[in-house]
Amino acid sequence: MWRDALLVAGKDLRIELRSRVVLNQVAPFAVLVLVLFAFALGPQRGPMVQAAPGLFWVAVLFAAVLAVQRSTAVESTEGTRDGLRAAGLDPAGVFLGKTGAVALELVVLEAFLTGGVLLFYGVTVHSAGLLVVASLVGTAGLAAVGTLYGALSSGLRVRETLLPLLLLPVAAPVLLAGTRVWQAAFATHATAGDPWLRLLLVFAAVYLALGVVIFGPLQEAS
Amino acid sequence: MASAVSFRGAVALTGQFPALAGIDLDVAAGEVVVLQGANGAGKTSVLRACAGLLPVTDGRAEVLGVDLRRHAPRVRRLVGLLGHAPALYDDLTVAENVRFAVKAAGAAADRVDDVLERVGLGGRLRRSSAGRLSAGQRRRVALAVLVARAPRLWLLDEPHAALDAEGRSLLVALLDDAVRDGTTVVLASHEIAEAAPLADRVVTLAGGRVVDSARGERRRVLPGGAHVA
Repeated sequence: MWRDALLVAGKDLRIELRSRVVLNQVAPFAVLVLVLFAFALGPQRGPMVQAAPGLFWVAVLFAAVLAVQRSTAVESTEGTRDGLRAAGLDPAGVFLGKTGAVALELVVLEAFLTGGVLLFYGVTVHSAGLLVVASLVGTAGLAAVGTLYGALSSGLRVRETLLPLLLLPVAAPVLLAGTRVWQAAFATHATAGDPWLRLLLVFAAVYLALGVVIFGPLQEAS
Repeated sequence: MASAVSFRGAVALTGQFPALAGIDLDVAAGEVVVLQGANGAGKTSVLRACAGLLPVTDGRAEVLGVDLRRHAPRVRRLVGLLGHAPALYDDLTVAENVRFAVKAAGAAADRVDDVLERVGLGGRLRRSSAGRLSAGQRRRVALAVLVARAPRLWLLDEPHAALDAEGRSLLVALLDDAVRDGTTVVLASHEIAEAAPLADRVVTLAGGRVVDSARGERRRVLPGGAHVA
């Protein structure tokens, strides 16, 4: 399973390095979301600081939809859809590989976005560790649920429009919990983020486990 | 002789439609069988069922001694399918595509460069993006994957499609090499004039069943170099 996961993740990341879709399209889109919200909130620092965590996670959520769409599209031609199955790859390995590749792309994107939040919104981080852990765990959850719903919609003609409709409501707990943990990391009382961090952990664990179990049947059905 | 493929009353559905309607088919190990028939006769369905991609829902189906109905994923690593559309990633190079497909099937990728030379995709072409290749060149990449993986059963769906005269000669040469090494080949083709000389047996399908089985025109090369029909 792990060998297959590394193989698939390596392949997806290599494709991204060549095509640069995430770098040239998804990253500018996410930065644009931050900038536009900064304009909308006006020049006062107060509302911007208050809104910064939520806007960061909204930008990440939208970027995740695009990254998952790209990851699914790579396997959507007639040949490649069958190719992974015909090769006899472990479906759990394929799921973990695709999830890992999406997660890594999102982590790099989040590093840029965090810089953007600090720059545009003028926030001060009191607990950088909490911020990093929440981002990593939240990203793992988003990538897992995205890859799962990407597989669910992959065989459908309307997958591009259906995926956001399916994914955004399901990923809402990440938006909520991620925002709360970030608020705690920006404030002086970091422990207030603990319950929300646990929610992020549970979300990631549930969807990673679910994906390992049901990705195979989804792949066969698509 | 042991059977590489053994179907007895095998049924497979595509949606509600019976793509295989209780088919009986035996292919001996090392044999080259050409499947012919009209569109929708079940040629591609036989190949996809043998590859473990189309579930057999009724009857008995064994490929290389493995029960397809219970262990389809295990069969997938033992067979190689050359389908209508090659499984290529346009953003990867030719060599990367072949290397990925070979490793994904659990085979060693150390022969990839030699095989690419053999199919005429060496030199600069091996570093080209797959997206820039012609249909014939994409077909050659898929052939390279088959040769580099060296599965015990080759399943070829319209292998002549998109290949030029040189490509078709290459296909025959690769097939001869594989058969000499004991590989079993099941080949579906509309171009029976091209395919019959390759076949030990020509099987005609209609409505998802075998309706005829005739001797092919393949001439086997004996160790001394003599040919036998």
